[in-house]
Amino acid sequence: MASQEIKFYQVGSHAVGNRLLDMSRRSIQADMHRTNSLNSGHRACRGCGEALGARYALDAAMRAAAGRVVAVNATGCLEVFSTPYPETSWQIPWLHSLFGNSAAVATGVAAALRAKGREDVRVVAQGGDGGTVDIGLSCLSGMFERNDDVLYICYDNEAYMNTGVQRSGSTPPAARTSTTPAVGDEPGNAFGQGKNLPMIAMAHEIPYVATATVAQLRDLEDKVRRAMEFRGARYLHILVPCPLGWVSAAEHTVRVARLAVESGLFPVFEAKHGEITDVTRIRRQVPVEDYLKLQGRYAHLFKPQPRTNTIARIQAIADRNIRRFGLLTGDTR
Amino acid sequence: MLRQIEGSRAVADTVALCRPEVICAYPISPQTHIVEALSAHVKEKALTPCEFVNVESEFAAMSVAIGASAAGARAYTATASQGLLYMAEALFNASGLGLPIVMTVANRAIGAPINIWNDHSDSMSQRDSGWIQLYAATNQEAADLHVQAFRIAEDLSTPVMVCMDGFVLTHAYEEVDLLDQPAVDGFLPPYEPRQILDPAEPVSIGAMVGPEAFTEVRYLAHLKQIQALELIPAVADEFRTSFGRDAGGLVRPYRTEDAETIVVALGSVLGTIQDAIDDLRAEGQRIGALGLTTFRPFPAERLRQQVRGARRLIVLEKAFSVGVGGAVTADVVTALNGAVPVQTVVAGLGGRAVTRASVRGMLLDAAAGRLDPLTFLDLDDSLIERELARLARRRRSGPTAENLLRDLGVVASRIG
Ligand SMILES: Cc1ncc(C[n+]2csc(CCOP(=O)(O)OP(=O)(O)O)c2C)c(N)n1
Ligand code: SF4
Repeated sequence: MASQEIKFYQVGSHAVGNRLLDMSRRSIQADMHRTNSLNSGHRACRGCGEALGARYALDAAMRAAAGRVVAVNATGCLEVFSTPYPETSWQIPWLHSLFGNSAAVATGVAAALRAKGREDVRVVAQGGDGGTVDIGLSCLSGMFERNDDVLYICYDNEAYMNTGVQRSGSTPPAARTSTTPAVGDEPGNAFGQGKNLPMIAMAHEIPYVATATVAQLRDLEDKVRRAMEFRGARYLHILVPCPLGWVSAAEHTVRVARLAVESGLFPVFEAKHGEITDVTRIRRQVPVEDYLKLQGRYAHLFKPQPRTNTIARIQAIADRNIRRFGLLTGDTR
Repeated sequence: MLRQIEGSRAVADTVALCRPEVICAYPISPQTHIVEALSAHVKEKALTPCEFVNVESEFAAMSVAIGASAAGARAYTATASQGLLYMAEALFNASGLGLPIVMTVANRAIGAPINIWNDHSDSMSQRDSGWIQLYAATNQEAADLHVQAFRIAEDLSTPVMVCMDGFVLTHAYEEVDLLDQPAVDGFLPPYEPRQILDPAEPVSIGAMVGPEAFTEVRYLAHLKQIQALELIPAVADEFRTSFGRDAGGLVRPYRTEDAETIVVALGSVLGTIQDAIDDLRAEGQRIGALGLTTFRPFPAERLRQQVRGARRLIVLEKAFSVGVGGAVTADVVTALNGAVPVQTVVAGLGGRAVTRASVRGMLLDAAAGRLDPLTFLDLDDSLIERELARLARRRRSGPTAENLLRDLGVVASRIG
């Protein structure tokens, strides 16, 4: 597929990279000839982290696969905002089937390509956290276990945004959603055992698992590129803040994502064949309050008076991540 | 080539001759032998290029078929019963996307109570899924229908389900005349997809369609089914010309010419019905049968033509729409619009044998005007009465099936 002239790009942020850099070191998004896999003009909300993440991820996959990518999408915001018939924002072959089956549909696409001897065409499956950690988990686990040649990308906005911000298996404790309202003794989502999909993916010992956020977009591009170097099942879990569901300012999307990392709540790491091989160190650790305060979904933790106990429990989760992943020292243990 | 062969094996070998490129399946009785044989074909490289994908559920099986078909591969799967229901969401999706997937349904009852034996509850539950539904009366027809199914599916770009009775057909060993590779290659050209996921020409498949066009999209899906009413008999004619065998088509009339009573039925039970008809014809009764080989699209016009002279129609169904009666009956009644009175006989549920003697008795009752509008063939009234009496005594949910089995003396212990 021919690359097309870039339609828009940001300047002056880490997002795009330095235009004075050598071409080879520039971000794909800063390249005049990026593919615009997910075109402008779609219907995502202003500041949508998912739209940002998908644009970077797919263009990076396209670059790695020399323009030969087929994308499969689960039902969810990304699907709905990009393809209201007869419009489409996808410049790449793209298929949406159902909410819970994008991994299996991608398996089918990969099997067909193999049967046809088209090993040059690569398959990317994508879904929100609901389509990934909840309803689609069985198909995803099957795809991992068979080691099908698919890169699966989860855009984690920590709730079912498309249906109006209901809780998902990836909604963090204490967060308010439309099914975990900020009422009662323990307002917001209950504290549970958590559902850590990157770790679940690692337990399948697939070639490549990584996490990323839309705060470090160069890192996101690099991870997609590295993921594409492997054949077999690969999993990329991207934290994508959702201004609508998180009740955060549209211009804070990148900032919120960065605070999720810097607080330790969202560990950024890479794993190969079930073992962690790299973690992104926290540059300047911040208390979880800094992260929580920017989001209306946690407003009940601060008003009418601070719920110090709950905040301490969230801090404990961050501290555990920091210990477990060696986020301050850079150890991988 | 004539072979003494199990029905499942005949179907698997025929499917292999159709050169599917992606096969995926999840095991469920009585479908298992079909996919076991196909997996062996693929492993032995008797079928190349072909990918056999072992999936974790029927939902995944249909999803894999969807992806494969959209990427331009001929895709096949098989299932039954709970498996078919587990795929239901993806079934509607496959037809909505216009993907020519072919699937064998080895018909089986749906639980609870769990029951592995044959009836048509499974495929009937999916009659509105947009899939073409063909029903085989014999193993020969089951095999032949698969070759035709791929043709029909790919000509119309719509999925086709070939239904064959579980165990009664799938596990029966009998003589089947199998086609050979050149014959099938001559009949079934390579799959030419209408739309394909290809980086050289990117398309978006599966977009969201709002109220402004959804009705039209559904209408077009309906038109495709109406086209199938022309195509299915045309393909069957071509099959007959090519191979000298009758298989497929819309309906299969048996001694209907002058018949006063006509039994409408689907699947292997037609054999028993035909035997009973032969007996009764010999005794001077004017009885015939009309097999529905195609149930979706419903061949209303052909049905009307075939039963025009009859005084009554009996729809013998191996499925049943709880709270209404016969599922097939509803379509028959609509098609006839009062021209001929219609009665329903529900038979063979959960593998209950439909015997020649029962069918004969039922037909004699019908001819004598003694048949209820809704009859359950060989229903054990005493069992029902005893359980109803128990229920009247104690208002609580309970182990109905266990109670019935105890009444029958099948189980000795007191469970409930
Ligand atoms: C089987 C099924 N159940 C429910 C839905 C309704 N539904 C569509 S999208 C969605 C939530 C999507 O959430 P997520 O996967 O997190 O993606 P997001 O919209 O947040 O990006 C739900 C519940 C559906 N389409 N199919
Ligand atoms: S609701 Fe959230 S995820 Fe959906 S488009 Fe809006 S910002 Fe993006």
